[in-house]
Amino acid sequence: MSDGFDRIKKQVMWDRLLSLVEEQARTLMRVAFSTVVREAGDLSAGVFNARGEMLAQAVTGTPGHVNSMARSVKHFIAEFPLDTMRDGDAYITNDPWKGTGHLFDFTVVSPAFHGGKLVAIFAATAHVADIGGNGPSPDSRDVFAEGLFIPLTQLMSAGVMNALLMKLARANSREPDKLEGDIHALVASNEAGAARLRSMLGEYGLADIEDLSAHILESTDRSMREAIAALPKGSWTSSMRIDGFDEPIDFVATLTIGDDMIHVDFAGTSPMSRHGVNCPMCYADAYTTFGVKCVVAPRLAHNHAVLSRIKVTAPEGSILNAPFPAPVTARAIIGQMLPDAVFGCFDKARPGLAPAEGTAASWTLRLAGDPGLTGHAGGARFSAQSFQSGGMGAHPLGDGLAATPFPSGVRAIAVEITEALTPIVFWRKELRADSGGAGKFRGGLGQIVEVGSREDAPFAVFARFERVENPARGRNGGCDGAAGAVRLASGKTLASKGLHVIPAGDRLIAEMPGGGGYGAPAERDPQALARDVRDGYVSPAAARDVYRRE
Amino acid sequence: MTGCRLAVDIGGTFTDVVLETPSGFVSDKVLTTPAAPEQGVLNGVRQVLARANAAASDVGIAIHGATLATNAIIERKGARTALIATRGFRDTLEFAFGHRFDQYDLLMQRPEPLVPRPLRLEAAERVAADGGVLLPLDEASTRGLAKTLRAEKVESVAICFMHGYRNPAHEARARELLLAEAPELHVSVSHEICPEIREYERTSTTVANAYVQPLIASYLGRLTEGLRAMGLTAPLLMIMSSGSLASVETAKRFPIRLVESGPAGGAILGQHVARQVGAEKAIALDMGGTTAKIILLNNFEPRHARSLEVARVQRFLAGSGLPLRIPVIDMIEIGAGGGSIASVDSLGRIVVGPRSAGASPGPACYGLGGGQPTISDADLLLGKLDPDGFAGGTMRLDEAAARSAIETEVAAKMGVDAATAAAGIVEIVDENMANATRVHASDHGDEIESRTLIATGGAAPLHAGRIARKLGVDRVVIPVGAGVGSAHGFLKAPVAYEAVASHVLSLKSFDNTAINALFARLRAEARKIVDLGVGYGPIAERRFADMRYRGQGHDLQVEIPAREYAANDAAALAELFDSTYRRVYNRVIPGLAVEALTWTLVLSRAPPASLSDAPNAIPAASLAEAAGVRRVFDADVGAFVEASVFARGKMKPGARFSGPALIVEDQTTTFAPSAFDGIVSPEGHIVLTRRSQA
Repeated sequence: MSDGFDRIKKQVMWDRLLSLVEEQARTLMRVAFSTVVREAGDLSAGVFNARGEMLAQAVTGTPGHVNSMARSVKHFIAEFPLDTMRDGDAYITNDPWKGTGHLFDFTVVSPAFHGGKLVAIFAATAHVADIGGNGPSPDSRDVFAEGLFIPLTQLMSAGVMNALLMKLARANSREPDKLEGDIHALVASNEAGAARLRSMLGEYGLADIEDLSAHILESTDRSMREAIAALPKGSWTSSMRIDGFDEPIDFVATLTIGDDMIHVDFAGTSPMSRHGVNCPMCYADAYTTFGVKCVVAPRLAHNHAVLSRIKVTAPEGSILNAPFPAPVTARAIIGQMLPDAVFGCFDKARPGLAPAEGTAASWTLRLAGDPGLTGHAGGARFSAQSFQSGGMGAHPLGDGLAATPFPSGVRAIAVEITEALTPIVFWRKELRADSGGAGKFRGGLGQIVEVGSREDAPFAVFARFERVENPARGRNGGCDGAAGAVRLASGKTLASKGLHVIPAGDRLIAEMPGGGGYGAPAERDPQALARDVRDGYVSPAAARDVYRRE
Repeated sequence: MTGCRLAVDIGGTFTDVVLETPSGFVSDKVLTTPAAPEQGVLNGVRQVLARANAAASDVGIAIHGATLATNAIIERKGARTALIATRGFRDTLEFAFGHRFDQYDLLMQRPEPLVPRPLRLEAAERVAADGGVLLPLDEASTRGLAKTLRAEKVESVAICFMHGYRNPAHEARARELLLAEAPELHVSVSHEICPEIREYERTSTTVANAYVQPLIASYLGRLTEGLRAMGLTAPLLMIMSSGSLASVETAKRFPIRLVESGPAGGAILGQHVARQVGAEKAIALDMGGTTAKIILLNNFEPRHARSLEVARVQRFLAGSGLPLRIPVIDMIEIGAGGGSIASVDSLGRIVVGPRSAGASPGPACYGLGGGQPTISDADLLLGKLDPDGFAGGTMRLDEAAARSAIETEVAAKMGVDAATAAAGIVEIVDENMANATRVHASDHGDEIESRTLIATGGAAPLHAGRIARKLGVDRVVIPVGAGVGSAHGFLKAPVAYEAVASHVLSLKSFDNTAINALFARLRAEARKIVDLGVGYGPIAERRFADMRYRGQGHDLQVEIPAREYAANDAAALAELFDSTYRRVYNRVIPGLAVEALTWTLVLSRAPPASLSDAPNAIPAASLAEAAGVRRVFDADVGAFVEASVFARGKMKPGARFSGPALIVEDQTTTFAPSAFDGIVSPEGHIVLTRRSQA
């Protein structure tokens, strides 16, 4: 039985790797200072073999790191050859093109040694509190204005921190303590993972993880090939238009399913923007891969074997492959649209595989009190990010979720927490009736959020809201979700993009989009519709006019 | 025979009753009577008193725990409940955490809120984060809500306003207005049920309290009446999810604090055993038929927490249930029990749980028609269970059925023999438990290796040795009666009360007057409860503050001195925070401001020494006598080994043995792997110690 038990041992060690990246991620969440890391889960953590191939990644809130952090490790290895790495070394970057897409994301890579030999590499990524420059504003002309750019650099040598680097980083951040704390947290997170790996190697009396790595990648690859084999073969093109900044943006996606590869190409997609919403290729790759995986192999472990069978390309100079030094800070608004773009292709390949379109890009409220922005000297200085979302698209088998982000997986921050830290007051946060696209399965409802200030002072909002001109489309006879809208409580409609000052005493109202419906409204289960009316999700008028029921 | 203590635990299937008398314990199991649970309790009490030859008046104190509140929520059998929220916030309950707890599942669904949307009403009012009033409560329209509640036949109402934890005036006034109009209503207000920042968790907790309140209040009313009619006049104390005891009146006001009382009883027993064997740091593992619960103990005490999730839609998936912020013993629960089902996934990997075969049809080896392989089936094939000795020989296990289930569902799919598949199944479930323990420990920065593993529940003693190896733990204890329910634990619980209040302040502007006043208030609140513990020890007070670096999200609970504070005590508090922070995270971050958010005061009185707990004399060492030999798989060795078999009932304190060994008793079997030596402690616990590796 020893051969069989040997295989089981490998499975156990594989489980151990999955568990240790979970510990790695939790350590990061526990120790981090950045609000978006600990409250919203904007981080990732993974373990790699000695060739830089990812073996396990923690399940966290950010598909944007899905593939990008994995690639990042290869860049580090190219810059700092493995044979130059020493125990206690660590490397760092926030290069948007070699990291995870904007300067806010710091990736730290640490080699793990066992018995004097480099056995694995740990990487962790976190969205830090502040990195200087124009902050979260997408108004920079290039990446130089977006903040401090740290190329692939040695952070620690044999356990000693690079003091000069830390000094420079601090000097360039509006939140130096938090930034330093977050960098320490990334290091601690990798250390936690490495310590656990070493104890596993000790327990099993192993010198390295090469056999284990081969086992993990081979068995995942076998399953991934089976999953692809079950899909129809061919090429399908689908396009989707979104509002964009100055003019609409078109995504044109061509999905090609081969015998053992899936390729998504974005030829025909709009050119890059002069605003900071451009995606470095690595980031477009991450969100596209996430969308493909949701349809093809949602339950498969996430590692190099899965990633290497999904290929994503986009023409250089398009908004999905913007070269250095393009401004990229708000690339999420574009990247988060990509699963919907890919779902359009899968729906053409085989209806029933993919859901209707949803809100996709989060409606995060970025609020600030700052005389430089509002031109008003009084009032507290503050900045707050409040994650909010419209509805998800309906699924071929069920209604879309209301007010839930997809593909982003971040958690909302409690209103009371935001209010305790800033002068902001939320006057309502409630579901938006009739915003879910009608259909056999209804799109998820959007929500309405109304915010003002406690102070007799204006405050600023950095608007970058999508699906205002181009709502989420229904599929297979389902109706579109309601478009979003932004306005002042006093009545004036605001542009969905750009910096707005909310005058003292007035309030900002954001009506967030609903998800698209799936299937014809006439096919909706009468009981489900009655329930929707009872709960106020669908008004009696809409039940009559759209669903044609009394 | 005065001064007897009575403990009653209502579980899903059985109600356990234990009477402690000067001459020992008398216990009984009766069937739970879900429609009127007091019937089962009263029957059980009558039987136990009769068997002990005791009168109802001999009972000096009665302690009671029940899973009724949990079951009402899981089965959605609570009262018709309404929520009154701040205008604009009635959907807080539905937004939940506003995220997807399952990243890749496009069909993910959240749990249905306990209050449907038409019963989520709103009051015009608004309090700010600092307690200031932004919009006064509109009394006329609030009063008018009573009419809606009556028309909708609502029995129970939760009132939860924004920042109600900071300024309770509006919530309190709204309650007055409603009760004036509709005095028959049960009303739960958030500033009493959960005075803590974060609107979703506070609303969820207050609503859950309201949802179970009518049911629990009426049950407790009927129970006290029934006991009184029986002549039992002793005070009745309820065991809470925190492992403390509180009055029936408190339980009626805060019924949601009863949710995890059963497992809490197990934790208290673990704590008691940890003290007896001198295990200052321990891991208590309770593995039964469907789940395993893991608790870490430091300084002989289980870690306490203030949040848990109930009624998860996806069992064991964090974020998929209803969050409750109440004092609880910090435990994690995973789908790993004797009945957990094993299968093979698309990657050719063995998966165990969370599905369970339960008691019916049960594991394949029960021969009750279950065809799916379970942990018990695998344990049987590996020689750990004796087919003829199970449950004291009352039930013969069907080895052929177990083998066939494992062969079909696992071995054939993996291309291995049945024994290998069985070894794999057990190895995976053991790894799951070890991983859950590690991740739980890393959430708190706790060390694992130095701990003692205390194994209870029917399945844990079979698996503890291997889990110990995986965790690097060298000592395993299997307590007396490891397979028996938690009612015994109730008798070891202190009478205690935990009072909590949020008051956010930076230590730089520490307001000692305000904090002293806050603690005085909390103390008065707690005092009312612990004064009920007649016959229990003197009152001990402990205080805690949830603190963090300003800007950091994760709070650390820091124990602070229980005394009046002076204005310059801020430095001392900061130092306490630093030392706790260093212990958990191995570093401090110099120069950062520290803030405190929530303050906790615990008053407790220790239980009287057990009437039958008198320590035995240190026994003379002797070699235990084996009753036989059985071939059993030892995963540490990776092969079958010859294990001596002992009958636990015949082992005296001081009896020694060496692994590999099996120690058999009615409710469970202990497996001591080859690397362990064992001894029976003076109290009768089995203590396994890893032989030092030469």
